[in-house]
Amino acid sequence: MAAATPAARPATRFEPALMRRKLSGTVFYGACLAAIGLLLLTLVALLVDVFVRAAPWLDVDFLTGVPSSRPARAGILPAMVGTFEIGLIVGAVTFPIGVAAAIYLAEYAADSRLNRLLQTNISNLAGVPSIIYGILGLAVFVRALALGPTILSAALTLSLLILPVVIIASIEALKAVPQAQREGAYALGASRWQMVRRSVLPAAAPGIMTGIILAMARAIGEAAPLILIGAFTFVTFLPNPIEGQYTVLPIQIYGWATRPQADFQGISAAAIVVVLGLMLVLNGLALVVRARLSRHIQW
Amino acid sequence: MSSQLAEPPPLEAVDDRPPPAVRITAMTVPGVAASDVDAEPVIELDGVSCWYGSFRAVRDVDISIERQRITALIGPSGCGKSTLIRTMNRMNDLVPSYRTEGRVTFEGQDLYARGVDPVAVRRRVGMVFQKPNPFPKSIYDNVAFGPRINGYRGDMDELVERSLRRAALWDDVKDKLGQSGMALSGGQQQRLCIARTIAVEPEVILMDEPCSALDPRSTLQIEELMAELKRDYTIVIVTHNMQQAARASDTTIFMTMGDDRAGYVVERGATTQIFTNPKHRLTEDYVSGRFG
Repeated sequence: MAAATPAARPATRFEPALMRRKLSGTVFYGACLAAIGLLLLTLVALLVDVFVRAAPWLDVDFLTGVPSSRPARAGILPAMVGTFEIGLIVGAVTFPIGVAAAIYLAEYAADSRLNRLLQTNISNLAGVPSIIYGILGLAVFVRALALGPTILSAALTLSLLILPVVIIASIEALKAVPQAQREGAYALGASRWQMVRRSVLPAAAPGIMTGIILAMARAIGEAAPLILIGAFTFVTFLPNPIEGQYTVLPIQIYGWATRPQADFQGISAAAIVVVLGLMLVLNGLALVVRARLSRHIQW
Repeated sequence: MSSQLAEPPPLEAVDDRPPPAVRITAMTVPGVAASDVDAEPVIELDGVSCWYGSFRAVRDVDISIERQRITALIGPSGCGKSTLIRTMNRMNDLVPSYRTEGRVTFEGQDLYARGVDPVAVRRRVGMVFQKPNPFPKSIYDNVAFGPRINGYRGDMDELVERSLRRAALWDDVKDKLGQSGMALSGGQQQRLCIARTIAVEPEVILMDEPCSALDPRSTLQIEELMAELKRDYTIVIVTHNMQQAARASDTTIFMTMGDDRAGYVVERGATTQIFTNPKHRLTEDYVSGRFG
């Protein structure tokens, strides 16, 4: 080392502090681990608690029976069918409308100030409290369109509730498709619709379906807006989608959980297990649809 | 192709050029010497300026692209080569605020005339991009994509095989047509994109720096492929690589940009002339590596 030359570097230009840097990495790793640990612990505690309370009540009679004032004879079939019917209608309404709106905003409409304003407002709609949608549904579907306090009204209200989520998730999925894919299709003489249908949409399908799965889970778990759309807590027959009384699982759970008798707490827990099961089935269905949509997609 | 029949020699015949010094042997396709091909223009640009909003990216270009020749567009970065090549199949229409001034004719027809459908133009003037962009589909479906959307009624298997053979890719992929096009190497992906392009039987193939993302060996394969393809197709290639232009093209167009940052054409001529005996000082500086 020629320490005397002018080019000699001062020894203190860098302070690597390797130990400190490594330590901060370890601390961050620990924090992440603690976060996921806390979440898992809470989840497991809740699940174990629910299952333990539900176990004595979960049987075939419970699944196929109707509500009763005697806990031992109470069943959940009307609520299950109500939730299932609502889930089907919500899916059938939000999937085409939500995806079409997203395709319009992402692929057709010019990227104007109006377009961005619209998208921001749609995002904001996703944050509006669900009870407000209940009031809207009561005014529009139950009264103005005279659909009455029915499953159909409830499903349409819940569709409005989750449409913003579906639209925003779909727009993000469409925007994530590289522009080179669009150009590739155009360069082969594709029309805009062919480009969307055969190139962009298949590539965006998994992301779109993920958004729909999350939105559906929210719709099925909602109770608040349906109180306003006339859901009952005591329905002893299978609901007809377009007329008559109905109930759904979250409302049924609420009804049982607010009763003073301890036994009803138990069947309330059993109903929660049923909701979880139904959610799994519906998500599984969405996964199958997703797999079919992206069957030919091989990244 | 009817143009292989004898036609009167055009005004800009370049048959009397000096022996090509920079040509490599791989480029000489048996039976098709460059001089056998008549220099009939397929695409002509007449006073073409390209605007993005109020910015003029290319100004006053008058050039013609000759049939069954490889025309190279060279010039420094940002001089508007890609913009100019994209006027030839109306790809720039996809850019909001873009507009073309002047006349671009393809087979004598004004491409920007009222009533001309860009969708119909793009089938006849195909394009290969800088970065290989196969669809996330099987190799077979990549090639069949264009024929399907254009209502091809013939034997699809046969067309897919023929296109892959023309793109010198068949032997590499014949046993895995069901696999994803994305799983191929970069050079294979680009040849797949070329196969996809020729499957819709275009007349012109535009290539926008097709080798810039490829290694030298894949680059050479693409250049050999271009030499094969010019028997049937007219090829326009944008390239940053002057050796590539010198090796692979018949005609070279040199562009640069002025003080207003608008690109313009400095010189157009036979590739050997541009590289050995440029008429313009700017061209000479560029091809000799003193600039750009």
